[in-house]
Amino acid sequence: MESFFTHLGVWLGALFTFAIFSFLYKDNPFYKIAEQLFVGLSAGYWFVYTIYFILIPNLFDPLSQDLAHNWIKLIPAILGIMMLMRLIPSQEWISRFPIALIIGTTSGVFFMRYLKSDVLNQLTATMINPFTGNHWGEIIGSILLILGTLSGVIYFYFSKKHEGSFGVVAKAGIYFLMVSFGAAFGYTAMARISLLIGRLQFLLGDWLGIIPN
Amino acid sequence: MAGTRKDKQLDRRWIFLLIFMGVAIPLIFTIGFPIETTENVRLVNEMIDKTTKGSKVIMSFDYDPASKPELHPMGMAIMNHCFEKGLRVIVVALWPMGVQMAEEIFSDLTEKYPQVIYGEDYINLGYKAGGIVTIQAMGSNFREVFPKDMNGNEIDDFPILRGVEDFSNIGFIFSLSAGDPGIKQWVQVAHDKYGVPLSGGVTGVSAPAILPYVNEQKQLNGLLAGLKAAAEYEFLIETPGTATSGMDAQSIAHLIIIVFIAIGNITYWTTRKKVKREGEK
Repeated sequence: MESFFTHLGVWLGALFTFAIFSFLYKDNPFYKIAEQLFVGLSAGYWFVYTIYFILIPNLFDPLSQDLAHNWIKLIPAILGIMMLMRLIPSQEWISRFPIALIIGTTSGVFFMRYLKSDVLNQLTATMINPFTGNHWGEIIGSILLILGTLSGVIYFYFSKKHEGSFGVVAKAGIYFLMVSFGAAFGYTAMARISLLIGRLQFLLGDWLGIIPN
Repeated sequence: MAGTRKDKQLDRRWIFLLIFMGVAIPLIFTIGFPIETTENVRLVNEMIDKTTKGSKVIMSFDYDPASKPELHPMGMAIMNHCFEKGLRVIVVALWPMGVQMAEEIFSDLTEKYPQVIYGEDYINLGYKAGGIVTIQAMGSNFREVFPKDMNGNEIDDFPILRGVEDFSNIGFIFSLSAGDPGIKQWVQVAHDKYGVPLSGGVTGVSAPAILPYVNEQKQLNGLLAGLKAAAEYEFLIETPGTATSGMDAQSIAHLIIIVFIAIGNITYWTTRKKVKREGEK
């Protein structure tokens, strides 16, 4: 029986893969069915997962088993209920309080973390002696890192007109930015092809058995 | 007169078909292009190699099936390397489906490493919601965040977690990350707040945003970026897997894309020249 369901799963996977790929030819009902089933299943899965793996173990179980030690969990529970008030138009205003609390807390937590990790540590990592590299490639890389960072930052300084030597450095900043966008595009192309490879490995391996799994 | 822009355009479905063939054919008939390793991948490999045998390490599975083709081979290669070096792996997940991803890898590796025992050398603590807040809480009181494993058993029952109160006796953390929450949050808290050695694997799309963390500050000890990095890692540990077998297809597909970019640019420039010349007449 287990083998039957495994095969059924593989066949359904293959058919839905073709249904999704068929969109590349043109929009059609098979694609629409696959897309809507995917959205519906995902929403259902998330709903059940949230109840069984988040709400029950983190809220319902602790409250029902030991309320005295877990009463503090009532606060997020009440905030959650307040959030759901958005669904009742006349009581919608109540949801603003938990949203305000979330935004405030998130800003507070993230501000320090981002300041340290993405500003201070990144700046410190750029303040290096470029000539201490082990080989010439490393030295050139370090020099480019410093030049790229400085010219990139200068490009985004808009309080002074980009002309003269300032304009030249800003222009160099654009080139560094373009190279980084190119690299990002390259990585994106690689990622998309990797996903296609994954699907074809499934079709040719698990489904057709032409290549080893 | 030069043709209209539409005349010059190739029906995009031909490109899709070519890419499809370019990926499918090398998967069936392997070419075996050489794989060269890069510095970022070697750094990850060195970090694991240098970790003392018996150390406890955390692997965070922060992805779901949508990113499986890229991140699963990395997870497989890293866990394989950890078991080979005798490291004890504690699995956590910031993404719900990460739990199943880790279990799939563990069950695939049990045949190769029969000596690895659940609870002694490996444990899956399951998913915890909360992202960055969860990581912060793990750093101050690990046992409060994960009082039970994924099967609901008390963690005190497992020898692997004895003495694990926070991050202080963790060898390193490795995050397999497909987005948020993921490696960025691990950098911000585990490394930048608690100073734990950290590394990870990311999808190609998110690589440019994460690569700056591989720096002099060692916010990340190397990084595996995309399927290519997974193949490099498989090469380093001499265990070819799905990433290695996909590299021929990846190279051919990239070649096709490059050819089409070149054709597109040549057509654009020749058309522009022609239109300019005709305009001057």
